[in-house]
Amino acid sequence: MGKYIFKRVLLMIPTLLGAAILVFLLLRMAPGDICAVRYLGTGMAISEDQIQLCREQLGLDKPQLLQFFDFVWGYFIFDLGTSMWTGQPVAHEIGIRFELSLQVAVMATIVATVIAIPLGIISAVRQNTITDYVVRGFAIAGIAIPSFWLGLMIILGLLVVTQAWFGEPWMPPIQFKSIWEDPAHNLAQLIWPAVATGYRYSAVATRMTRSAMLEVLREDYVRTARAKGMTEKIVINRHALKNALLPVVTILALEFAFLMGGLVVTEQVFNLNGLGNLMVDGVERQDFTMTQNLVMLVVIVFVFTNLLTDLCYAWLDPRIRYS
Amino acid sequence: MSKYARFALALAVGTGLAMGASGPAKAETPKKGGILNFIVAAESPSYDGHKESTFAMVHPTRPFYSLLIRVNPENPSSPTDFICDLCVGDLPKPTDGGKTYTFKIKKGVKFHDGQTLTAKDLEATYNKIIFPPEGVSSVRKSFFKMVESVSAPDDETLVFKLKFASGAFIPAVATPFNYTYSAKDLKEHGYDWHEKNVNGTGAFKFKEAVAGSHVEAVRFDDFHMAGKPYLDGYKALISRKMAIRVQAIRGDRAAIEFRGFPPKQRDDLVKALGKEITVQESDWNCVLLYTPNQGRPIMQDPRVRQALTLAVDRWGGSQHLSRIAIVKTVGGIAFPNHPLAATKAELVRLNGYGTDLKASREKAKKLLAEAGKAGLKFELLNRGTDQPYKIVGTWLIGQWRQVGMEVTQRVEPTKSFYNSLRKTKEFDVSMDFNCQSVVNPIVDVSKYVGSAGNNYANFAGKDQELEDIYNQLVQEGDEAKQREIMRVMEKRALSDMAHEGITLWWYKINPHRSYVKGWKIAPSHYLNQSLDQVWLDK
Repeated sequence: MGKYIFKRVLLMIPTLLGAAILVFLLLRMAPGDICAVRYLGTGMAISEDQIQLCREQLGLDKPQLLQFFDFVWGYFIFDLGTSMWTGQPVAHEIGIRFELSLQVAVMATIVATVIAIPLGIISAVRQNTITDYVVRGFAIAGIAIPSFWLGLMIILGLLVVTQAWFGEPWMPPIQFKSIWEDPAHNLAQLIWPAVATGYRYSAVATRMTRSAMLEVLREDYVRTARAKGMTEKIVINRHALKNALLPVVTILALEFAFLMGGLVVTEQVFNLNGLGNLMVDGVERQDFTMTQNLVMLVVIVFVFTNLLTDLCYAWLDPRIRYS
Repeated sequence: MSKYARFALALAVGTGLAMGASGPAKAETPKKGGILNFIVAAESPSYDGHKESTFAMVHPTRPFYSLLIRVNPENPSSPTDFICDLCVGDLPKPTDGGKTYTFKIKKGVKFHDGQTLTAKDLEATYNKIIFPPEGVSSVRKSFFKMVESVSAPDDETLVFKLKFASGAFIPAVATPFNYTYSAKDLKEHGYDWHEKNVNGTGAFKFKEAVAGSHVEAVRFDDFHMAGKPYLDGYKALISRKMAIRVQAIRGDRAAIEFRGFPPKQRDDLVKALGKEITVQESDWNCVLLYTPNQGRPIMQDPRVRQALTLAVDRWGGSQHLSRIAIVKTVGGIAFPNHPLAATKAELVRLNGYGTDLKASREKAKKLLAEAGKAGLKFELLNRGTDQPYKIVGTWLIGQWRQVGMEVTQRVEPTKSFYNSLRKTKEFDVSMDFNCQSVVNPIVDVSKYVGSAGNNYANFAGKDQELEDIYNQLVQEGDEAKQREIMRVMEKRALSDMAHEGITLWWYKINPHRSYVKGWKIAPSHYLNQSLDQVWLDK
């Protein structure tokens, strides 16, 4: 196992290097630069000298090879550089948003798991019944409804309902407070995006659970278990579910990795100061240092999540061995 | 009564009317205490007023600083009503034929760190703004082209010597970005220190900032205006999405957004909250233009450009677009209703401003035919922002189609839009805008001159007559003559040569919680943001 993990970690290096080259080049291929965005967007008469001064101060006038070397070297000396927009260290900018993004990702994963696995099982066990149709309808709606629309409807719904019931409209807080600092405020803000995201996420997982369960329930070992006189509960939970979970775990893990940097729209709808919003800002402002590092962070999260998922397979299915 | 005073009075009455049901503010006794939560739609790269040009910097940080002079917070809709902030008494009258301004500086003004302000601090501040050392950024130094020197002969006197008398000087000094820094801070910490640090003499002190989230401030007890500020503090909450900014006011997570909302959002808030919402409205010192690219052969013939402006129904557009977009007023190159702006009688004489639309469009068709460009095909470059760019751009295309032009639209996000406009110059006609803070028409109209840094029509060096007219305007001290020259310039830029076409001037709409008192709308979202006079009626 140790040897396997070591090999996988080594294989990450070319993956990360490839991602670094790609993101570096793609960012610089886009038209415009951060200095133009910073000064021209307000319509003021800014001289070309002023723009050039800005470029020099941000190091954009250096040769691109040197810029790439600085970017990669930063990982070896644990210095991610400074944001070209705010002038703050990138590690600090990511750090203040990481907790929020991680919490939303964890909460959404919990919401998705709590919804998806029971519904997927019920739907498979009661295949082609009314219950199955309702669950499938619920899942398809989850995939079809954009989470930003659902988010807006949640906020509007809260405003309208609270105004009708209590006379004063209420909406979730728009400023983040850590769960350790103010749990009630924190949950009042984050429960809604977790539900909006978790619902869509659960829809995919529900359909996967259902199809995996249907496949496993037709296996010989399930028939054997039933023939041995085991109760349906034991057959489902112990024999079928554990084997059906492999693809579900893969889906959940990939979605979790995606949520760490990809909650762009939901974060905007709920005004969450998370990594998704930071990514959007970075791209819009052409803040190269910020965007490069955020993309690399997402790549690293994906690569490690994949590794953990593979390791999880062995726990779920003892027949899987790593070498 | 001077033209300026009459204008101030008219605008004050107009603003009062625009406030609708809320009516003109009665004299109420301000209440002390409370935290004002307001929304800001973007995040500033830094806190340095001399370096930045965005409202996202002004709204959270202006209350940290004082200015030498400022727009009168009791009458901010007037473009000429300036009062002393750090100076004493009335604004000084210029001497030496209008070439010397001597300001007496308030005594005992404290910086937040306890330093005492003197004229030397203002001298250092203005020298940084007007004569920045090499490598130091100052984006508004061109506003002060008329200044020869700034000096502080003693701790209470600040003297500006001008190269020539100019009506643009006082408004330039009142620009809200001219934050007063301590000479000691500049000397000891360097010229970049204020990008990330705050030490001003304003009504509020910096408390906390979380990137991407908020800036928080508390009252400064040693503020130089007795009894102020009324608030205990404020919190500027960053929210990028308009839907959330509107709902935040509805759900009382914030009381106000100082930049403004479109008409639909105003109506939604009023419908949902009734008298708990107060609406203030004003003409906005921003104008939406279209700019034909004279680098392209199809736009080089003035008859084609005249046809573009003749096809546009500005009076009708004002009526209909103002229901859905943040534009309203028909105007020329100077801020509408300003003493230097054209009256309606003067405007209708320009191509494209006539009230007989049918005749204008017939003339447009005739000019196109004469130029051999009947059925002209071109592309309109537009910025990927709904309000007001995409809405007005789409309307413009409809207007041009009425005279047989075939126009397509290319919408680009801000960064590539500016890249196309400024660097690659790959456009036939582009949407464009001119947005300023203090109403200073003489400086603001520099946009229409081919050599201006923010003129993208690509005719630099090809219209010396217009350059000469503008230079004459800048150096003219007499108000009546300034007005005459402004008309000549307007006719040349918009009508005869039709280098640019003005669509409509922006219109600022600020719906806010009715418990916010003491804040009055100004013709710019950069103005009247010191917050020292704001209080909460809760």
